[in-house]
Order: sequence, then C-alpha cells, then structure tokens
Amino acid sequence: MATGTTELPSGPETDAQSAHLTAGDSAGLLRAMLLMRAVEARAMNLYRQGKVPGSFYDGFGQEAVSVGAAWAMSAGDRLCVLHRDLGAHLVRGVSPATILSQYMGRAAGVTSGRDGNVHFGDRRAGCVGMTSMLPDMMLVATGMAMAFKLRHEARCALTWFGDGSTSRGDFHEAMNWAGVQKLPVIFVMENNQYAYSTPTNLQFAVNPVERAAGYGMPGTSVEGNDVEAMFEATREARERAIAGGGPTLIEAVTMRMHGHGAHDDMKYVPKALVEEWRKKDPIDRQSARVAALGHDVDALRAEVLEQVEEATKVALAGPMPDPATATERVFHPRDAEEILLEDGAAPWSGFRS
Amino acid sequence: MTEMTYLRAISDGLRTEMRSDERVLLMGEDIGVFGGAFKVTDGFFDEFGADRVMDTPLAESAIIGTAIGAAVVGMRPVCEMQFSDFIACGFDQLVNTAGKMYYRQNLPVNITIRLPSGGGFSGGPFHSQNPEAWFMHAPGLKVVAPSTAEDAKGLIIASMRDPNPVVFMEHKNLYRHVKGEVAEGSYETPFRARVAREGEDLVVITYGAMVHTALEATADLAGSSVMVLDLRSLVPLDEQAILDAVRHCSKVVIVDEANETCAAGAQVAALIAERAFEDLDGPVVRVASPDCPIPFSPPLEAAVLPSVDRVREACRQLLEY
Repeated sequence: MATGTTELPSGPETDAQSAHLTAGDSAGLLRAMLLMRAVEARAMNLYRQGKVPGSFYDGFGQEAVSVGAAWAMSAGDRLCVLHRDLGAHLVRGVSPATILSQYMGRAAGVTSGRDGNVHFGDRRAGCVGMTSMLPDMMLVATGMAMAFKLRHEARCALTWFGDGSTSRGDFHEAMNWAGVQKLPVIFVMENNQYAYSTPTNLQFAVNPVERAAGYGMPGTSVEGNDVEAMFEATREARERAIAGGGPTLIEAVTMRMHGHGAHDDMKYVPKALVEEWRKKDPIDRQSARVAALGHDVDALRAEVLEQVEEATKVALAGPMPDPATATERVFHPRDAEEILLEDGAAPWSGFRS
Repeated sequence: MTEMTYLRAISDGLRTEMRSDERVLLMGEDIGVFGGAFKVTDGFFDEFGADRVMDTPLAESAIIGTAIGAAVVGMRPVCEMQFSDFIACGFDQLVNTAGKMYYRQNLPVNITIRLPSGGGFSGGPFHSQNPEAWFMHAPGLKVVAPSTAEDAKGLIIASMRDPNPVVFMEHKNLYRHVKGEVAEGSYETPFRARVAREGEDLVVITYGAMVHTALEATADLAGSSVMVLDLRSLVPLDEQAILDAVRHCSKVVIVDEANETCAAGAQVAALIAERAFEDLDGPVVRVASPDCPIPFSPPLEAAVLPSVDRVREACRQLLEY
C-alpha cells in the first residue's frame, strides 16, 4: 500500500557529488539556495514591518527542489514556476532587487505591482508565472512542449506543482495529453506533505508518482532536499525529453517547514515531524558537500547576505506604481511588436562544454 | 466574390490564414480526420496534416491551457470547442490564465477560441447556450460575434491576427441558413459595429443570429423606418456607434438571444442610460431569452428564444409610445 510519503534511503552514499556537476556547479547550487533563503528571510522581515502587502509565502526548507531542477534547464527551455520555487527565478537570472520589489508591490517588480508574492514569471528569463488555480501551469507547460515538438526544436518545458494539485482535473488532463503526444515536458511534483492544512492522506489514496505509469511515462521519487539529486533526476528527464522519449513525472519528497503563508502558524503539523525534517535541511546538506570540495562556505554565506542587503536598499528606494496605470495594459495593441518568452540564464557547466 | 454559407466563410478564413501563416494551429475534438462536428474544418486534415489540424483528447481545459503555452512560445492556436456550452470545462484556463497573462506579466496570449453557440434546433440545455456575456465580464478577453458570411470570414482572420485572446462566437443556426457574397483572399473585419439597415424612427441593437431576426421583424412595420445596428464585437464594444444610433433614432430595442440577466444587451442598456438619456424618446426596451435553461422540445424552445413576432411586437409598442 503506497503512502503519501515515499520512503527513500538516506545516508552518506547519497551525498556523493553528481558525476555531471563540477565543483563550481556544486558551489553555484549552494549559492542559489542561500540566496533564496536570504531573500525570503529578508522579505519576511519586510512583511512584519508592514512593507509587504497581503500575506507572504516562502519555500523555506524546499530550496533544493527549485534550484536543483532549474539548474538542469538550458537557456532555450521554458519554465512555469510555483510559489515555493523562488530558487528557479534566481537561477534563471532574476535579480533579488526585482524580486523584493515584486513582494512589496513596487513599480520595479516583475509584474509592476499587478500581482503579488511569487505570482510572477520574468518572460525575459523564459519563465511564466503561476496562477492561483493549481495546477493550471501543468497545461501551459504541456502546450509549450507541444509547440517545441511540432517545430522539431530540441527544447523542453518544466513545471512545478504541489501534492494538493494532483487532486484537480488539470493534473490528469496535462499528464494524459503529454503522454498521448509524447511531449518534451518535465512535471516536478513537490510533495511537501501538506496542501495548506490538508495532509497527503486526505489528498490521495495512492501516491501520484505511481500514476505516471498509467499515463505512459516514467515516474520517479527523488530526495527533494538533496539539490544534486534533484538536478540529476531533472537532467535525466531532460535528456530523455530532448531525445524524443516524452515526459517524466518527478516526485520531490520534501517538507513545508513554514506555514502555508505568513499568517499560518501551522499548529496542525506535529512538532516531531518538523524536527525530523529540520535535520534534513537542504542547505546544511549541500554546505557539507561544498565544504568537502574545499570551498569557503562561510564566505559564500556572507557574500550572499551582503548582496541581499544591497538589493533591499534598492527595492526600498523604488517607487510604488502610479495609480493612473491601474487600468492600462489589459490588451496588447494590435500594431505593437510581438512579445514572447525569451531565453534565461542557464548556469550549469554542462551547457558550456 | 463568391457566394458561400456562413459556415464555409469561417472555413475559408481559417484556410486562408493557415496558408499564409505557419504559426496558425487548429486544435479541437474531432476536427481532424472527421472535419469537425459541424464540418468547419472539412478537408483541412488532408491539406495541412495532423500536426496543424490536431485531434485532441476530450479535454477542454487542456485544449485551452496547452494553446496558451503554445502561444507564448510563438504559435497562433485556434481552439474549437465542439459546442460553446463545453467552454465551461475550460473556463478557468481562459478567464484566469489567458485573460490575465498580459496584464500581470506583459506576456500577450494570441489564441482564438471558436464557440459554436446558440439555439433553435432542439439542442437542449447543453447544446444551445449563448455564453458570450461570461467572457465580457472577464477582463483581458475580446468577444466577437459575426452575423453574416462576409463578417464571419473577416472577423475570424482578424481574431487570429489579434495578439490577445479572442472568443469567436459562431452561431450554429447561421451556419447553413445564411449565405452571402464573400471576397476571395485575405481581409479583416474590424471589431466595430455596422449598420445592417439604415432607419430613422427606431433602432434595434443586436448581434449574431438576432440580427436576422431583427431585420425580418422590422422589414414591414406599417411604414416605420427602423435601423438595425449589428454590434459584431462585444469586447471592445463600439460605444460611439451605439450612442450615434440612439441620437439618430431616439427609440431603442435591444435584442439578445442569451438569457436576459447581465446579457450583452444589459451593458448596452446601461451605456445608453448613462450617456444617451437626453436623446431618448421612450424607455429602453429589451428582448431576450428569459432566465431559464434552453429547453429541448420545439414548443418549449420556441417559447424561450426571442422570435420574429416578439421582436416585432416590442418595436411596434415602442413606436407607439
């Protein structure tokens, strides 16, 4: 009988460096995770100071899922990013100042104040922002992959979604469509054990990763708090997708370490469960790996914190949007230049060799 | 010029644009080998192949959702809902993802959604609806509704070229009943109203199939001169054409085949009340389907849909006011 959480072996052997990563990659992965955590911690402070309107949603403890998967994607690939995946935006090249401006509803945010939180995608980085109706973006990513296949392009689309999303029809429609058309798309399910307050045993009877076979695609469970394991699973899925082997479902087994939003004290989560997962912190884990490679992790950490402090100053100095623009840009003018997604940063050394 | 049906005019527009723009991709249920439930894409599969005339799984949310994904990477998908009623299953992707993408992320979504709509042939509650007002209420979506063969071709081409999501209402009852001269080659019909018939004493403002009902109902009204304004586009709504017509005629009947509450005509009536009150010589009169599902049995359906007689009587009474 499958359960909501897939049991995975853990131990020293899983902490070996991926054969497809250089020491620079391993440090880069750590840096991106540190940056995500520092930006979100800073944003949480800004929220408590009343500078972030609405609520605030973070991916504390899940940094490896977005950073590891995004690291495997090429510049021409396209990503649909979920709300606990800030790391993907950072890997693709969105600046911390832009992200902090976004949280605060400032004019310099990715959406110019039109949408909040992590509801954004920087089209200049090849990313599409999520809608709140999950997992709508599974279909959007599937459509991107469909276009790539129709045009015979060696590109791939990837999207993240949560365990709760697997209950909605769009999960089925996307999995089925991608399977039928054998599309180059990667579905990353972040199983962080809770959809808001609802645990996985109230969400599904069988772990959704097992559904993959029913759609004619491989499904694989990965230790979601190991950034290099996330990278490796995504790299493999991408290689298969580009070779015409079709879609992959990856379950990233992780834990939501904070409430659903800043307003949620998550008293419905057993403390022991949180404590158990705290020992599996993805940043601690990658820090050990990177230190063993001879990098100065403390220096890296200090450098990231300084970068975020600078970014905060820039974001706070930026203006709020002009109220007169609130009703602008509902329709794109007919005679204006075509606007499409553009290529993002792709830091993996494998794309440079 | 060639005389063709409204249905063939839509086909002609799609085919013309597909031949000149390889980004155009048709997606829908049974549109490929079978040529579509109403045969709009008959023969397309042989000319353009399975990739561009795509038989999709029976999944409306997926048809629209994947079209959005394809559009933002450079395709120009045209999605056929087999019946407009089925758009309810794809509502979220259209309204939330497509409609708000440009506003939120500066990323336009060039998709066209074809909705075979309307009643009059015992389609029953799930094959007869006129859901255009659902989309008028959702920011970021354009909504057009041709009434003639000439406009059907010109509006479908203009919809495909428009960088925004366009909901294209094609009335099933017009498919084979309406014919007209259609220009060869490529042309666009603007998203603006047209005067279907000039007149002085009263204007009927309507769109889609009801344009023909209105023309017939007012052809001979004891010598009265009745204008018929065909809106053609509901979003954007041609406010100036509406206000000009009211100023010219001073009496207005607004006809919707859709259910009355919050229908397109309700917006037209509100516009006139706000901005043309001084120009009116009588109350704004509305004719629409009552707020009930469209029934199956012919006498029941006829009791619900606005008929020539109902529109004529409404006009006659207002002319006497």
